[in-house]
Amino acid sequence: MPIELPAKESVYPGHLACPGCGAVIAMRFVLKGLGEKVIMAIPACCWSIIAGPFPFTALKVPILHTAFETGGAVASGIRAALDVKGDEETQVVTWAGDGGTFDIGLQALSGAAERNENILYICYDNEAYMNTGVQSSGATPLGSWTTTTPSNMPKQTRKKDIMQIMAAHRIPYAATASIAYPEDLVRKIQKAAGIKGTRFIHIYAPCPTGWKVPSEISVRLARLVVQTRIFPLYEVEDGIRYNITEDTVGYLIDEYYKSQGRFKHLKREQLDQIQDQVDQQWQRLKSLSKL
Amino acid sequence: MKKVIEGSHAVSHAVALAKVKVISAYPITPQTHIVEMLAELVASGELDARYIRVESEHSAMAAVIGSASAGVRSFTASSSHGLALMHEMLHWTAGARLPIVMAEVNRALGAPWNIWADQTDSLAQRDTGWLQFYCEDVQEVLDSIILAYRLAEQISLPVMVVFDAFFLSHTYEQVDVPEQAQVDSFLPPWQPADFLDPLNPRAFNQMASPEFYMEFRYKIQQAMEQALEIYPQIDAEFNAMFGRSYPLVELCPAIAGETAPLALVTSGSMTGTARVTQRELRAQGILFDLIKVRSFRPFPTQQIRDLLGNYSKVAVIDRNISLGSGGIFANEIAGALSSMEQRPTVYPFVAGLGGRDVTQTSITEMIQRALGSTPPEDILWSGLKA
Repeated sequence: MPIELPAKESVYPGHLACPGCGAVIAMRFVLKGLGEKVIMAIPACCWSIIAGPFPFTALKVPILHTAFETGGAVASGIRAALDVKGDEETQVVTWAGDGGTFDIGLQALSGAAERNENILYICYDNEAYMNTGVQSSGATPLGSWTTTTPSNMPKQTRKKDIMQIMAAHRIPYAATASIAYPEDLVRKIQKAAGIKGTRFIHIYAPCPTGWKVPSEISVRLARLVVQTRIFPLYEVEDGIRYNITEDTVGYLIDEYYKSQGRFKHLKREQLDQIQDQVDQQWQRLKSLSKL
Repeated sequence: MKKVIEGSHAVSHAVALAKVKVISAYPITPQTHIVEMLAELVASGELDARYIRVESEHSAMAAVIGSASAGVRSFTASSSHGLALMHEMLHWTAGARLPIVMAEVNRALGAPWNIWADQTDSLAQRDTGWLQFYCEDVQEVLDSIILAYRLAEQISLPVMVVFDAFFLSHTYEQVDVPEQAQVDSFLPPWQPADFLDPLNPRAFNQMASPEFYMEFRYKIQQAMEQALEIYPQIDAEFNAMFGRSYPLVELCPAIAGETAPLALVTSGSMTGTARVTQRELRAQGILFDLIKVRSFRPFPTQQIRDLLGNYSKVAVIDRNISLGSGGIFANEIAGALSSMEQRPTVYPFVAGLGGRDVTQTSITEMIQRALGSTPPEDILWSGLKA
């Protein structure tokens, strides 16, 4: 569904991201969707650097930089302060990476979700600790190379299913999004902005540096990951109503995996095993979306 | 109005009188009565505030960092393991220059488990940039919360109001609960210069390179020194309005106008016991002057030199220990005195760890050891079982 995006940019040029950074494209679309009545909490992640050092900033919205595991809690405090001031309009947004969401920040996020805090929590997922130099996180996929899962002993376990975890909290809205589908992403952001309570958006954001790919294929990978159904685009309302927002033909995963340096050590049987998992996950999602 | 209330509830009353707008806390014995009463006051509407029921102490401090960064007066309370879990965020609070006030109930740290009074939990936070005031009785606990907000908001640093587990937190005393109008006059609403505001977007707490970081720290140190300068004036104002005064260091001489052969330094609730001991020993002709240290951060170095420099002997009782070194107040006092040409001999007693009673008998025994021919050691243990 085509959607008109505002021309106004809330990310200044001169930010410090690597070329092809999916996290910057994600931020641009999110702020186009939200406007400027936003307060953003950024726990430790690539964006702690991208937003610029003292005395500069790369965003046109106020930022509270905060400690790694505090995304859910700090946003709860900001929301409470705005509530006592009578400001219901300003959106409180946590902008966290996968490490700050899947791992070290999961407890505070779970607490905020259980209290159904009126916050929009956005995880931009580049599938490892990229800011510290590509170490494995709970979001790193099976078989991936990282600096702590070397290619002769790559990641042995699957990526944590953060969407299922958030759905289990029965929050009013959770959705996945990809930078290659900006209309879908902005529509979900705007839908989330209209809902009260804890809203969670999981944005797939490629990292050319950490994935060992050329910077110009970021968006292509972000499209392939959806078309292969590795990262389907869907939303979950109240933790129970599933809705797939982008139906896809379901390409085989080979091109996605073979075009990335982080997976180049994988053998045929390992790719087949991953394909099986992707197919099963898709079937599971399909059956949930029919409920 | 005079009321008989528990030490914990003295904190809750003070937080309500201070018109705190956001409270976030996680339960830990012996802090629970503070936050239970606050939750009730918020639920009943008596206190117009938000209570954020977080899932850990780390998140409690993170939540009030969020609310204070948005410019709203904020409070939390903790103790022992909870305070230890907050440690990272204590640095963050002071670094962000947020005037958050925390009630901190001194409790021992495990292992082994122990829920009783011991100052090592708060003293282990000495380098975080929080001011720390140690209280002697329940009235001082209540008054300190109100004083703390006034000072914190003036110098943009957080303050910990510290008091002993059970000896104060669960003890009922007669307390003069101030009138709201008087508190409003002493403590006007907080009006921060900078806060999170979409109409005036700024980045807070971002990366500060070696070119800038040191000056951020220098300014915090300056604010600490400023606290020492302006506190007496704030305390005088408090005294004029409420009739009570709490100096950062208090001298209580055995005989007014005279210097006794020994000064005894205490902090926290044992000071009350030491006052009684001083009177009883004076009747027997044994004289010591009592020095109560209320402020540990900022450390009142010059006042310590001025008050203790004239004595030949100074005994310090620490209900805490920096393992591998010794009593923490004694170390700081010895450090403050070290630059003086003529300085007293320091007798560093460690007593009452993990809630063991420090009684008149044990204080008398320490006084006699210090007055006698016992040579000073790096640690003098009191009440240690064989």
